[in-house]
Amino acid sequence: MNAEASVLFDAPGPKARRRYAVIAVIGTLAILALLYLLVRALAAKGQFTAAKWSPFIEPVTWTSYLLPGLRATLVAAFFSIILAMIGGILLGMGRLSQLAPVRAVCGVFVEFFRAVPVLMMMLFAYYVFLFGIGVSGDILPLLGVIAGLTFYNSCVIAELIRSGVGSLPKGQQEAALAIGLTPFATLRLVLLPQAITMMLPSIVSQLVVVLKDSALGFLILYPELVRSGQTLASLKGNLIPTFIVVATIFIIINYLLTRLARYLERRLQTRRRGPRVAESQTIMSPSMTPGGALTAPRQI
Amino acid sequence: MLDGLSQLLSEYNVLGAFWMTIKLTLASAIGALVIGTVVAIMRVSPVTVLRAAGTTYVTLVRNTPLTLIVFFGAFGFYITLQYRIGAQNSPIDVQNFRWAVLALAIYHAAFVAEALRSGINTVPKGQAEAARAIGLDFGATLYNVVLPQAFRGGIAPLGNVLIALTKNTTVVATIGVAEASYLMKGMIEFRPDLIYIIFVIMATGFVILTLPVGVGFTALSRRFAVKR
Repeated sequence: MNAEASVLFDAPGPKARRRYAVIAVIGTLAILALLYLLVRALAAKGQFTAAKWSPFIEPVTWTSYLLPGLRATLVAAFFSIILAMIGGILLGMGRLSQLAPVRAVCGVFVEFFRAVPVLMMMLFAYYVFLFGIGVSGDILPLLGVIAGLTFYNSCVIAELIRSGVGSLPKGQQEAALAIGLTPFATLRLVLLPQAITMMLPSIVSQLVVVLKDSALGFLILYPELVRSGQTLASLKGNLIPTFIVVATIFIIINYLLTRLARYLERRLQTRRRGPRVAESQTIMSPSMTPGGALTAPRQI
Repeated sequence: MLDGLSQLLSEYNVLGAFWMTIKLTLASAIGALVIGTVVAIMRVSPVTVLRAAGTTYVTLVRNTPLTLIVFFGAFGFYITLQYRIGAQNSPIDVQNFRWAVLALAIYHAAFVAEALRSGINTVPKGQAEAARAIGLDFGATLYNVVLPQAFRGGIAPLGNVLIALTKNTTVVATIGVAEASYLMKGMIEFRPDLIYIIFVIMATGFVILTLPVGVGFTALSRRFAVKR
């Protein structure tokens, strides 16, 4: 945002500029004071000593703990987002179906599972695999994490598909029906490909959510980055430094993904031709469900 | 099965666990609103340093898993470093609750800030320009023209944050706060044969908690929608 052109503040004159300078000095001091308190709280307990940080220059720290943890996190996220996209497209198509029962079942499914916390689904899936199916061994926590993340994110992606199809120009559907395509072929050949392309940035942002949520696998003993970090920390007695390193890894990956999503969004915007018709919303069923009207809460 | 269920429900305090979920939600919602408002003000301020600090906060917090933020507080600051919030002699579950609330508030503040900022972004620049053109000063422009529209635009995103916060309170099960998902874990381990009914009960609890919030905020945002 540019200070010269905001809705809240007029372009500053000499007096305002002086005032801004004063606020900048006070603000900087306040922020530095907060940071100082935080650093002092850590330093007072010896968190910045070389002994706490030297494990991170030993190769074994990375090869035995952090990198395998990162790999486990990425594996879980990768499978989850792929499965969630398949599930999401199917559920989304179901919600746009011509058949009222299919629409209703998919609608209830999506709304229900969007309201249930991911951790609960993960726990449930874990115990179903354990007690119900009798899975055991290393694969069990991974299956639990993937199942929990897939269930939840399928529902999120289904909503993205629905709103993506809803925001396409009405003429797309009308033209497809006019040349004799069935409603299902219209959806499959004309509407979905466009909606999926349009949603690409949102799916990349959703990957950030999946990566963050995979850390919940901690509770079902999945050796993802946070848990392997904790194992490392209990060995070396440097919990806080390890958490700082782990957080940094997450922040870098997620920040890059967010940038990628933004880049894709810009590219798609310039690619899109013709006027974007705002009133095309009517393709979507006019009775929007409560969850649907509030657009998907992404990134939280 | 009904016998098992009634035994289970007498053994485990489902309502108590959901009450804990509600307490966590309300306490951290207030915290997140306070921190988030400060961050939002920084992010839209005309002062570059404050704007940069606000953006940094949002970028850092938003890209860190909530689980990790909760661990920083409970395992890091509380267990390892022995820092306590409030009374020094309060028991461990009280301390865990406070650290959980602090972590939830810090995490969701980033999203509250974004929701408020997106509310401000819904106001067209022409509104402020017109207000200045008819001679309103800075305060009057904000108070009479910009902020009323910004708050209305922010209702729906704030509702989303509150719903997400309610669900995210389950994350503090990882540090042993006895909320709904922690209880569910215990119940399933106690009676694996009743796993499906246990999940349905606990999941329905969350539907009951979040559905009215969604319906309410949607109704509010429609009621107060700015017609442009």
